[in-house]
Amino acid sequence: MKRIVVGAHYGLKDWIAQRVTAVVMAVFTIVMIAAIAGGATSSAEAWRGFMSHGAIRIATFLFAISLFYHAWIGIRDIWMDYVKPAGLRLALHVLTALALIAYTGWTLQILWRL
Amino acid sequence: MMPTENRTVQFKIYRYDPDRDAKPYMQDISVELDVTDRKLLDAMVRLKVKDDSLSFRRSCREGVCGSDAMNINGKNGLACLTDMSTFPVGKPIVLRPLPGLPVIRDLVVDMTQFFKQYHSIKPYLVNNDPLPEKERLQSPEDREELNGLYECILCACCTTACPSFWWNPDKFVGPAGLLAAYRFIADTRDQATTERLDNLEDPYRLFRCHSIMNCVDVCPKNLNPTKAIGKIKEMMLQRAI
Repeated sequence: MKRIVVGAHYGLKDWIAQRVTAVVMAVFTIVMIAAIAGGATSSAEAWRGFMSHGAIRIATFLFAISLFYHAWIGIRDIWMDYVKPAGLRLALHVLTALALIAYTGWTLQILWRL
Repeated sequence: MMPTENRTVQFKIYRYDPDRDAKPYMQDISVELDVTDRKLLDAMVRLKVKDDSLSFRRSCREGVCGSDAMNINGKNGLACLTDMSTFPVGKPIVLRPLPGLPVIRDLVVDMTQFFKQYHSIKPYLVNNDPLPEKERLQSPEDREELNGLYECILCACCTTACPSFWWNPDKFVGPAGLLAAYRFIADTRDQATTERLDNLEDPYRLFRCHSIMNCVDVCPKNLNPTKAIGKIKEMMLQRAI
């Protein structure tokens, strides 16, 4: 028996999250371009000093989690479109989520080491 | 410009008769057109006289029935609304069936999946109030919202131009279905708005749309399914926050 089942009743949050995270990333990119143009990365010491500034650290972290959440929705959509066997798809979803959570931890480690 | 004399036009046409052909092939065929043959459909009717094994659907020949939707030089459209003068001279006109649907024969496709999705959104007015003596009234402003929605002729040009429908034809409603869904969501006389939004709140049914707007690009009636889909998402957001 093969029946098509739909009606998971989610999707709206992901859709709006994708838009919000995109805005966060766009704003951060503009800030970074302005900082680089303003000489924040003129030397390794200046760069390190800039990145370890409290507000920039938080902003970079927000950018990173926005990127990971955005990527989660995008990658999951690709699995949903192209991977049909449910077991394999679930495995890929889990691996993607774990990788992105690991990246978040890694990002924290890097940022607060500065 | 209107041609003043008869001319010969080259065609490259997708042919497939499952009873005879092992697999589909492209047929090169040319036809001499009369000065009065102005639309692609006119030329195709002439082609059919020359080779009567060619199959395609057509009916009203004026863009109302939506039968003669096909892939014309790589873009979905209606043969009856496509002007012969829009084709580059000297190049064969390439005709293929609508992409993403099973081919029954030549340019005729099986639209079952398309209509299944259309029916899944309940394309009719739901109103449980007693029938009024004359008609259910709407203000002109409320009626205005239905413009650009009700005109859809269900030719399937948009839905079969949509990659999201190609990958998930069994789960994604598709632009035509979603345009029709919004037509009833937007109708002030309809009482099933909540159910309609619930029915679409699904990662596949609605949210497979990534707004690439192929649907808007090909719609022969110049409708905008992407805009309608955006309005459905907006309404969902409104009720969620």
